[in-house]
Amino acid sequence: MNRHLLSAADLSRADALLVLDTAEQMDHALAGREVKKLPTLRGRTVVNLFLEDSTRTRTSFELAAKRLSADVINFSTKGSSVSKGESLKDTALTLEAMGADAVVIRHGLSGAPHRLAGWVAGSVLNAGDGTHEHPTQALLDAFTMRRRLGRMDGLRVAIVGDVLHSRVARSNVLLLATLGAEVTLVAPPTLLPVGVEAWSASVSYELDAVLPKVDVCMMLRVQRERMSSSYFPSAREYSRRYGLDAHRMALLPEHAVVMHPGPMNRGMEIAAEVADHLTRSTVVEQVSNGVSVRMAVLYLLLAGRSEELA
Amino acid sequence: MTRQPVWLVTGVRPYGEAPVDLVLRGGVIAEAGPGLSAAGATVLAADGLIALPGLVDLHTHLREPGREDAETVETGTRAAALGGYTAVFAMANTEPVADTAGVVEQVWRLGRQAGLADVQPVGAVTVGLAGARLAELGAMADSAARVRVFSDDGHCVADPALMRRALEYVKAFGGVVAQHAEEPRLTEGAQLNEGVMSAQLGLVGWPAAAEEAIIARDALLAGHVGSRLHVCHVSTAGSVEILRWAKAKGVRVTAEVTPHHLLLTDDLAAGYDPVFKVNPPLRTAEDVAALRAGLADGTIDCVATDHAPHALEDKETEWGAARPGMLGLETALSVLVETMVEPGLLGWRGLAQRMSTVPARLGGLDGHGHELVEGAAANLVLLDPAARRVVDPAGLASRSRNTPYAGRELPARVLATFLRGEPTVLDGKAQR
Repeated sequence: MNRHLLSAADLSRADALLVLDTAEQMDHALAGREVKKLPTLRGRTVVNLFLEDSTRTRTSFELAAKRLSADVINFSTKGSSVSKGESLKDTALTLEAMGADAVVIRHGLSGAPHRLAGWVAGSVLNAGDGTHEHPTQALLDAFTMRRRLGRMDGLRVAIVGDVLHSRVARSNVLLLATLGAEVTLVAPPTLLPVGVEAWSASVSYELDAVLPKVDVCMMLRVQRERMSSSYFPSAREYSRRYGLDAHRMALLPEHAVVMHPGPMNRGMEIAAEVADHLTRSTVVEQVSNGVSVRMAVLYLLLAGRSEELA
Repeated sequence: MTRQPVWLVTGVRPYGEAPVDLVLRGGVIAEAGPGLSAAGATVLAADGLIALPGLVDLHTHLREPGREDAETVETGTRAAALGGYTAVFAMANTEPVADTAGVVEQVWRLGRQAGLADVQPVGAVTVGLAGARLAELGAMADSAARVRVFSDDGHCVADPALMRRALEYVKAFGGVVAQHAEEPRLTEGAQLNEGVMSAQLGLVGWPAAAEEAIIARDALLAGHVGSRLHVCHVSTAGSVEILRWAKAKGVRVTAEVTPHHLLLTDDLAAGYDPVFKVNPPLRTAEDVAALRAGLADGTIDCVATDHAPHALEDKETEWGAARPGMLGLETALSVLVETMVEPGLLGWRGLAQRMSTVPARLGGLDGHGHELVEGAAANLVLLDPAARRVVDPAGLASRSRNTPYAGRELPARVLATFLRGEPTVLDGKAQR
């Protein structure tokens, strides 16, 4: 693997499979333990640099690092010098001087992790940058799909919603292509980027036509505020055309699963009875799988492949 | 007043043609021809070098007053001289904005004091570049700076009624409005050319149509009121087509293209290094080819650098937080040799037209852009077409370092620049 994880495109097929396999090992190593901790990253320092609010992802990374016995420092916007106007470069030099082995960065601007990687010696892990990417989300999604459906090759995945502004969609399209899955993006044309034709995914504007043909239906969060910029006329119309309710869910094949990266807008892109569906919905699993996958990534970036898993 | 030294330039090839000697005396080319001699003259052996009229840049940001940490009139004109320029038009987006006679006269005087290149201020079209009401264009035209080019560059004069009035009003004193063509509603938050790269990088797209729509609108307006229109930094293939159409219809429209839009493409943004962030943004290889063809066939009238110095902290940041703009003065001629002369799209005379004569005439600069013949003002540049150099940001005369060509090897090198018979650059080094 590369020193950094900035984009899902940084991962070869072998790298991606190694992460998924390692995450499985992490799970097994922890299963049945009274103390849910491995000594693997003892003495290593992981900084969670969260310059955009995200309690869910930060908590997941924090738990992952702590389960590997790393020292974790949380550096977030509020209460830090960043809120006083310090530049990303100065923050990077500060973290560097403190000897961070890895920086997990969440940032509101696309490409911020790429810039950070040029200023620190440690590993940089992209935990979501603007409307660009969120590679560990794609890894945990793939992990969840593989567990549920037993394979990645040839898997048919629909990604539905605000593709234009979604870092989850970008990382998933890249990673799923690497792993041999077939992706269909479903959205109103306003929420698909110009240039999407270059992605390794097909595009549809019609959710009902796609649903019967997929193994996975991944719903993306759609912010209600988008309608003030005329991306769609109203929340109700969006929900009617692209929301997944119980009636639509019935169009999916028997074995198909419904995914959502969270946080969900219940009643907007996903109905409550779909989100909470006992057999189809993977929403809660995705969260717990997130910790295992992030452990695997931290381990592979920091401990190296040669060391044995404790 | 001390007497100006006399220069005898020997063996130089004007426009790459047959070698001649030139005697520069009294600020003019006193004699031109083979085998000349001049008593008391300093001899500059220029065998193998090409002479062109001193270059004229219609679009420079000198940053003074206001951002002297990024550039000053002195450092900017030194960069200009080293790039072969003898005159630059200083854009109005300074702090304070050049929207009054007082500010344009200040910039004009600073240029005279530095003595490295003539500085011709551009006046703002609207007060504070705010796009709401006309600045006192007549007062700027009547000032010592004799402003003839007006531009809100950095901002589009987006209000069509205001643009129409500006186009009409400047006719009274032979002025021209230089439009930064960017429909603001289509480019809110825009970071990069809208296309494959912006989709991949998750950056808000800057659609070509936002430029083309304004050029089409303004060409129609200029035709309607019978005014001149100049279009700044044309960047798309579609814009070239619209300009071609407007010219064929007889609209008095002219346009410029920057060196960087003739060479660089949007895929350079892949690493998110904001040194490649510029407005309008870098486009695609298809656009680059159309711009080169448009400059070659005259659809695009001239080259302008849009030299835009920025302090380090405005570029050492996230892409979205960085200021747009790149340095251009010290590399423009080399980039044009690479993109237009070496591929055979333009000869040296064609290059001189587009980098000197046309911009001088467009901006109403009588002393520049003249043919290298006896009696013409001795504004000229001598360049070595065979030289190659690797661009080193630390070696630039500009106060800023934001060149997109760092580490790139470019052809041709400026060895000497003369401003009214006095060398501002000799042996590739600034003389002041």
